[in-house]
Amino acid sequence: MIVLLAILSVFINPEFYKIALTVATPLMFASLGGVFSETTGVVNIALEGIILMGSFTSVVFTYLTGNVWFGVLMAVVSGIILALLHAWGSIKWSGNQIVLGTAITLLAQGLTGFLMEPIFGQPGQTDFVGKIDEITIPGLVEIPFIGQVLGEISPFVYIAFGCVAFGWWLIYKTKLGLRMRAVGENPEAADTLGINVYAIRYFGVIMSGVFASLAGAYLSVGEIGQFKELMSGGRGFIGLAAMIVGNWNPVGAMLASLFFGFFGAFSNQLQSLQEIQVAANVKSLFDTIPFILTIVVVAGVVGRSRGPAADGVPYEKHD
Amino acid sequence: MNETASQVRHEYAVEMLEITKKFPGVLANDRVTIRIKNGEIHAIVGENGAGKSTLMNQLYGLYHPDSGEIKIFGEKKTFVGPRDAIKAGIGMVHQHFMLVNTLTATENVVLGNEPVKGLNFDLKHSRQVVKELSERYGLYIDIDAKIEDMPVGMQQRVEIIKTLYRGAQIIILDEPTAVLTPQEVEELFVIMRNLQKDGKTILFISHKLNEVMEISEKITVMRGGKVTAELITKDTNEREIARAMVGRDVVLKLDKAPHKPKDVVFEVKDLQVRDNRRLEVVNGVSLTVRRGEVVGIAGVAGNGQTEFIEAITGLRKVERGHIIFQGKDVTSAHPRLLREMGMTHIAEDRFKYALIKPFPAYYNVLLGRHYKPPFAKGAFLDHKEIKRYTAELMEEFDVRPRIIEHLGGNFSGGNQQKLVVGREIKANPKFMVVAQPTRGLDVGAIEFIHRQVLRMREQDVGILLISMELEEIFSLSDRILVMYEGKIMGEVRPEETTIEEVGLMMAGKKLEEIRGGKL
Repeated sequence: MIVLLAILSVFINPEFYKIALTVATPLMFASLGGVFSETTGVVNIALEGIILMGSFTSVVFTYLTGNVWFGVLMAVVSGIILALLHAWGSIKWSGNQIVLGTAITLLAQGLTGFLMEPIFGQPGQTDFVGKIDEITIPGLVEIPFIGQVLGEISPFVYIAFGCVAFGWWLIYKTKLGLRMRAVGENPEAADTLGINVYAIRYFGVIMSGVFASLAGAYLSVGEIGQFKELMSGGRGFIGLAAMIVGNWNPVGAMLASLFFGFFGAFSNQLQSLQEIQVAANVKSLFDTIPFILTIVVVAGVVGRSRGPAADGVPYEKHD
Repeated sequence: MNETASQVRHEYAVEMLEITKKFPGVLANDRVTIRIKNGEIHAIVGENGAGKSTLMNQLYGLYHPDSGEIKIFGEKKTFVGPRDAIKAGIGMVHQHFMLVNTLTATENVVLGNEPVKGLNFDLKHSRQVVKELSERYGLYIDIDAKIEDMPVGMQQRVEIIKTLYRGAQIIILDEPTAVLTPQEVEELFVIMRNLQKDGKTILFISHKLNEVMEISEKITVMRGGKVTAELITKDTNEREIARAMVGRDVVLKLDKAPHKPKDVVFEVKDLQVRDNRRLEVVNGVSLTVRRGEVVGIAGVAGNGQTEFIEAITGLRKVERGHIIFQGKDVTSAHPRLLREMGMTHIAEDRFKYALIKPFPAYYNVLLGRHYKPPFAKGAFLDHKEIKRYTAELMEEFDVRPRIIEHLGGNFSGGNQQKLVVGREIKANPKFMVVAQPTRGLDVGAIEFIHRQVLRMREQDVGILLISMELEEIFSLSDRILVMYEGKIMGEVRPEETTIEEVGLMMAGKKLEEIRGGKL
């Protein structure tokens, strides 16, 4: 009974919803990145590595210049570079996209680990370098409950929602979006109409790098102000799961991210409840809740959601 | 009727002069010259591999000629890609439609050349333009439906509108009738004539001689990458075209010896099968096949034939109903049991079901019997016996080249099919499922395979023939059933029916409805 009441108390606490949003934010960026890449027909599991590189780069440049937003900008540049590498390998050379994505993720892990010592003089994690402050929205913050959730929060949360709206508009309301969807579904048909399949795919993959690197920047300078090794922690893959659950639609992927964020926050809050008496070494089991959930949801949803027909299939022109 | 148009324009809409195109190991076009007059419907006929499609793909900018010249309305052109060809006024409806299944008709038509309003794609304007084109030429389509939800005939009309939207004056139709019912073919011909009235020039690629005779004014015949005849339709006949296509006289009609069928060998009762999307695509099919009889199932592709074949050969689960083979209920039985009992299967898709491309001929002819003597001795294969048997089979079924190590994928289509047919016949079947046995084959191979089917009939094998080719159904079958949306529309005898009647059944009319007045 006490345990149930304690759990209930989690849900009526506005702080819980705020945490859910902050957990969901990097997933929203990552899943949106996945949507952009896969809509044009390129599977990008390098997202995980791009996120990590984004976290690292933003901390490095914040450390060097003292300007956190410059750090974010450089994170985006690093994301574009890694995405270009993936695009080049998978579009130009028709490489296996899973192998390439894995290689890029391992590359990012190795590179960030290796560069810790020369730049920061210590392995593992950096010191605090600077952090983007939460913004206070006048008016909104006064409203009870909602104000406590949304009134004072990281600007990245709003940027994420803005990116989702932008992504939805671009994919479903512009001619570029129509071409992206056509290229991911039937590249040969698009080609016969004079659409440059390669250019559209490069665009999709590069945009995935932009969004994934923002997820990374948020994790480091957006949230804690420092870099820790392997801090991306599988968010690239959960982002891809959210993309699938959201049926490759930016809004669907956002809703799925919020769903995962909600349970992420829930497991997080459970661990800090005094009423739940478990050994400390068991508590980390709670961290697996989002992953178990991912397996259950994806297994349940995957049969019904359908991705672009040419997703993951390299396009090779004849002649 | 388009005097003003043709006076302004050059006499010829298309001139392809001395076009040569090589692919590794093949001379696909060998100094081909064709001239197409402005405003004419011009047929290009030839067997598979004659070089028709290669030629057309060069006209559309998909391939580039190694040498030769292309002139459009008298002007020399070099096409880097389809975009240049489109700009020059050429539109192409490919044999395999180039449509994006998840987009709507409107979106497909404007794709690549979309009207915009500010930064946004202007859907409203697009719909209006597509609607106007559709009404102007009598090309009825549902402009807001997704391609995947449309019947094939409508998809084809979307393709034609696509070319018109891009201002095509010259329209290439690559084997447009292959996927249509006879009635839809008539509708297409009406549309082609409408387009011609409007001054369009049409290139009609086909290997169906009766259609070519009906719709075209001029005919170019190709064989082995060369032009073998240029004919004026009203001064020629099917026999002359066929001779130019094949290089010898062809038997257009097979003589089928009268043969009395024996007892029932195979029976299907009220069969219901679902496809991979769980839709009921075979819904209450019943039929019987007797020994020494060919029962043909006609129908347009995608009406449940594939799932029906899979169900009766043990490859797909049966939802309801029974399959009885030699008096035994074999519903959802394992394919190996069916084979052991004497059922063999010439599959509709060679590459998906019948042949392993990277395997040599001697393994391909072994499939299905690889586990038992004389080919297997315990856990080991007897390669000596396998190779001897393969050589024998290749001799008997005239598979070329007669090299038993030749890989499955390296034989020509006709020879691949001969390997498969040989394998299935030499297994001594009592009942054969023969699906699309001549798809994509040339006339010579078709003739050979048809003779084999009739030979099996004379040896009292029961044969169930499933084919999209009406001519094949008519010339081989003793009885014809027509399948439409998973149901049998009626049963007729080839000598007592007409192509029109079968065509109406293929379009979904029941036999009783058609003969309603007469009976």
